[in-house]
Amino acid sequence: MNWRALLHNRRAVAGALIFALFCLLALLAPVIVPYSPTDINFTPLLHPSARHLLGTTVNGQDILSQLIWGARASLFVGLVCGALISLVQLIMGVFAGYVGGVFDTVAAAVTNVFLVLPSLPLLIILAAYLQGGGLLMLVGVITITGWAWGAKVLRSQAIALRDRPFVQAARVTGESRWHIVFAHVVPNMLGIIVSNFFGATLFAVLAEAGLEFIGLGNINDITWGTMLYWAQEGDAILLGAWVWLLVPGLCLALLGTSLGLLNFAVDEIANPRLRRD
Amino acid sequence: MVSRSLTVGAAVREVKPVRYVVRRFGALLVTCWVALTVNFALPRLMPGNPVETMFSRYQGKVSPTAISAMELDFGLNTKTGELGQYFDYLGHTLTGNLGVSFSYFPSHVGTLIGQAIPWTLGLIGFATILAFLLGTTLGMVAAWRRGTAGWRRASLVDSALVPFGLMLGALPSYWIALILLYFIAFKFGWFPIGGGLNPGAGIASWSGVASLIHHAALPAVTLTFISMGMWILLMRNNMLTVLGDDYVKFARAKGLRDRTVAYHYAARNAILPVFSQLALALGFVVGGQVFIEIVFSYPGIGYLLLQAVENEDYPLMQGIFLILTVTLLVASFLADVLYVFLDPRIRMESAK
Repeated sequence: MNWRALLHNRRAVAGALIFALFCLLALLAPVIVPYSPTDINFTPLLHPSARHLLGTTVNGQDILSQLIWGARASLFVGLVCGALISLVQLIMGVFAGYVGGVFDTVAAAVTNVFLVLPSLPLLIILAAYLQGGGLLMLVGVITITGWAWGAKVLRSQAIALRDRPFVQAARVTGESRWHIVFAHVVPNMLGIIVSNFFGATLFAVLAEAGLEFIGLGNINDITWGTMLYWAQEGDAILLGAWVWLLVPGLCLALLGTSLGLLNFAVDEIANPRLRRD
Repeated sequence: MVSRSLTVGAAVREVKPVRYVVRRFGALLVTCWVALTVNFALPRLMPGNPVETMFSRYQGKVSPTAISAMELDFGLNTKTGELGQYFDYLGHTLTGNLGVSFSYFPSHVGTLIGQAIPWTLGLIGFATILAFLLGTTLGMVAAWRRGTAGWRRASLVDSALVPFGLMLGALPSYWIALILLYFIAFKFGWFPIGGGLNPGAGIASWSGVASLIHHAALPAVTLTFISMGMWILLMRNNMLTVLGDDYVKFARAKGLRDRTVAYHYAARNAILPVFSQLALALGFVVGGQVFIEIVFSYPGIGYLLLQAVENEDYPLMQGIFLILTVTLLVASFLADVLYVFLDPRIRMESAK
């Protein structure tokens, strides 16, 4: 995997820039929000103006402040789920594929069960049973539903690497299994792992917002998903408050696209046949 | 993308299509059983007894016989052991008895799902076919322009289509639905803002059919739009892989027209792996569908699922989850069967 190639890949650079922008927004949110995102004392349904750049909601909240604050939830859930999902995939995919045997058989069977279940309906049902759990509950259910496909892909890669000479050599010298997996197998499939990480993060960002949009999760958290939930509940359509509807989705789409670009670009560089000459 | 190629000289034999289909059917039965078991286990594994809470909430609103029947299905207040409950559940489900809905009491879960499913299938079927046709065509064009750019100009088409496809895949379906609902249905009034048919209209008449199409148009467009991106990217990447193959280079070197090489040589082989990912794609489409139905109040399974969730109607929720899972399993089985007839390479396996 040639990491420097990422710097010359326009898609990777564009994705990374947008992603970095959102990270900055989330980190600096407490400093840059014009008002408190929970303040409900403004005149409701103001149109965009100098004082409220994106106007106010039907409940009298400043939309821009909510929007900036919402970046935190999306990035928090996205990155934590991305990391957790990658970890599960490493164990259930890479490690299982490498060691083989009973552990692999069980892991592959469990993976296939999770592949069979449609992820979004499963997410909705789990979140419905665990109602009111907030962001951590969402992290849990998203991780449970989101790891299977990547684990399957990684497992087949690990099996392909298992019998390569350099891995065999490491085995002969008596290295431990975990050492071989982390020092020899993982580095040789890092491209796919990283690409999967961005894919999982994208899945998590969309899933979190989607569940919150239908009111599963804590509706009092300030996230892009709950903004859309309240816009829908508050009849933003009938009231003509289209900015309220437009901006949270636009941010989700932009953040999602940046993650998609990163996922695609890393895959492109790791896979020689897709590479630009 | 993994390309399947046969190593020259390796011992391979062809598996008869019938045997392959029988094998896939066996796998289908096993996965259906797994889905049934997960469905049985889910409410029993949940912390904090949400099911018990639901039962106490519906006490008095639903007849006592229905309550005790459903308690049996969810494993409450019963002397039957877990294993006995499991076999009872399997028996009920296999005979089509999914229990009684609490929020729509006394309707049966099966009846409610039966009423909702044609709407969902119609929308998904139409949108998936359209998105597949549009997406694979665009993906093919993008890859062809990219793959042959060395001979001609650098490809603007590919540089534009890839981010476009990625963006489509990252769009929240409910948001697109809300925006279309606001601007096209509410503001301009071109389409109805919800429902599946005009009140009182039957689909037996022309005006009924017109009303059906009128109501389905925006949901179908939204679903097509968001599921197209995936096909563009899959087809593009497969096509690029195929364009690197020697037979395509040879066909070009022979001086065949670009069009012939693209359609008759490359696209034919590139589309097969795309097809095999239909099952994965359908999972994604169903996810988008659920949200789109919710926004457009479209009377399908997704909207029913939301009602079930909002009313904590767990029997209905479980029934919907089961039917969705089994439908997806059957669909991917059918895709597999079709695939085996389309691609002879699948029937080959190394002889041991």
